[in-house]
Amino acid sequence: MWPELWNDAAGGFHPASAPDFLPEPHLREVQLRRLKAVVSRAYEHVPLFRSRLQERGLTPASIQGLGDIAHLPFTVKTDLRDTYPFGLFASPMADVVRLHASSGTTGKPIVVAYTREDVAVWSEVMTRTFAACGLHRGDVVQNAFGYGLFTGGLGAHYGAEALGATVIPISGGNSDRQIMVMRDFGVTAVCATPSYFTHLIERAMELGVDLRELPLRVGVFGAEPWSDAMRRRIEADAGIRGFDIYGLSEIIGPGVASECPAQDGLHVFEDHFYPEIIDPQTGTPLPDGSEGELVLTTLSKRAMPMIRYRTRDITSLAAEPCACGRTIRRIRRIGRRSDDMLIIRGVNVYPSQVEAALLEVEGTLPHYQIILTREQGLDQMTVEVEVTAEVFSDKVRALEAVRARLAHAIEHIVGIRVELRLVEPRTIERSQGKARRVIDRRTL
Amino acid sequence: MKLNQLSVFLENRPGRLGAPLEAIAAEGINILTLSLADTAQFGILRLIVRDPERAHRALEAAGLVVNQTEVVAVDVADRPGGLAEALRVLEGAGINIEYMYAFSLRRGDKAILIFRFEDPDRAIAVLQQAGLQIVDGEELFAQVP
Repeated sequence: MWPELWNDAAGGFHPASAPDFLPEPHLREVQLRRLKAVVSRAYEHVPLFRSRLQERGLTPASIQGLGDIAHLPFTVKTDLRDTYPFGLFASPMADVVRLHASSGTTGKPIVVAYTREDVAVWSEVMTRTFAACGLHRGDVVQNAFGYGLFTGGLGAHYGAEALGATVIPISGGNSDRQIMVMRDFGVTAVCATPSYFTHLIERAMELGVDLRELPLRVGVFGAEPWSDAMRRRIEADAGIRGFDIYGLSEIIGPGVASECPAQDGLHVFEDHFYPEIIDPQTGTPLPDGSEGELVLTTLSKRAMPMIRYRTRDITSLAAEPCACGRTIRRIRRIGRRSDDMLIIRGVNVYPSQVEAALLEVEGTLPHYQIILTREQGLDQMTVEVEVTAEVFSDKVRALEAVRARLAHAIEHIVGIRVELRLVEPRTIERSQGKARRVIDRRTL
Repeated sequence: MKLNQLSVFLENRPGRLGAPLEAIAAEGINILTLSLADTAQFGILRLIVRDPERAHRALEAAGLVVNQTEVVAVDVADRPGGLAEALRVLEGAGINIEYMYAFSLRRGDKAILIFRFEDPDRAIAVLQQAGLQIVDGEELFAQVP
């Protein structure tokens, strides 16, 4: 009976999505029950967590209501590094069926573990993710997230399989083959980072393949922040709908939150991951609707429970009902991280704001660099932008106009005066293909 | 009738002019004339060469941003008021000059000027009607050794 209901091409309801629609009181009940269990588990098996609770004179019994979570200590990324590799595990290795690790940009990676139950939860939340993005049995999913230690590839793979879709585990890279597969295998959905997919669109054009003419209809994008301008471009150029998904290895990998057809924020699968928004400076919890740092608690993770993990991602929580009918709360799309924040003349500035402004003016993101200096006690922000063939003109006036437009767009978004300098291509230093975005030369 | 002019973006700092000139020299391409427009911040180098496509590729290979635009070479009497006459013709027809510069060569009693117009075809028609001579690429390059 069920399969006919939820597998139809019109994208009917998938039973795995049921918790997305729990009535709120019921949802809070589930959350409290699971919170008590996970706090007990971490207290029992993770020495670092136990000692931090004891320092505060707390025990698992101190959790009486969901609000009591605010008394618990935060967990931060350095806790994972300090206890490398297995110090935060709450399960013996015999119960761990999978390890993943994030490539640390500095020093040791962080290692995360999954029991069989954790893998099942992960598959479930990824199934719910794909269902929210409108996928169903019969879809052919090209999974271009990297397979390996990175959680993206396998996380999406298990979810798409559990959904009943056909998965092509192509992983990242080899763009020409990606495009061949997309065209020849009747691919209807792609999972990728938005920047890699943008690259695929460009490569397809060079190869004379028009993605808009393929059966491709959905893009599931994650693992990096991307702007609405970029989404509109991707959607138009590939003839698809692009959905934003969110996750992080420390919590589970992809599958923490996902957009739905309303494309108006990402629903947090909060029956498994309890979200809070805090003031990143003081750590004080903020009410729904306020902007701050996202803090997540894994309510059902067994191998590696994370209690109040500080994601460093800046967003807000929306409690209002969503047009799609899901009752689980939404986070606004994440564009910036609290550790990226620059304070310039007392104003909070994020490199992603500069990025959004450049993207708005140029259509594609040029290479740029933000340089901070201090002259006579006053902070100066200079943005260097590499000139591209698209904006270059033989006329001084036209080039001056480009410079002014870029400067105004940035000033409009960040709210402080900016010195914009056009520089020659490839003059901004790249380290491992990635540019260093901010150079702070202020001597404080 | 029209010439292809190459433009190169340069940062306004010492030594930047060297890169494009060396890239072109390495290809054995002779520069017929050039002009440099600059602001405090950046400069635009404009070049007329015999083989703009090859020079374009060489400049891009050297990592520079290049574009090509069509410009018009006009014979102007090399005497006081010669240029003013030509400009009067353009002004009379309401044609805007984006910029102009002198060609390094002369033909007899004529000087050659390079004009950048928004609408080069209309400018050519107007100038020819007024009896001014437009110099095409072949003619121009024939005079260069």
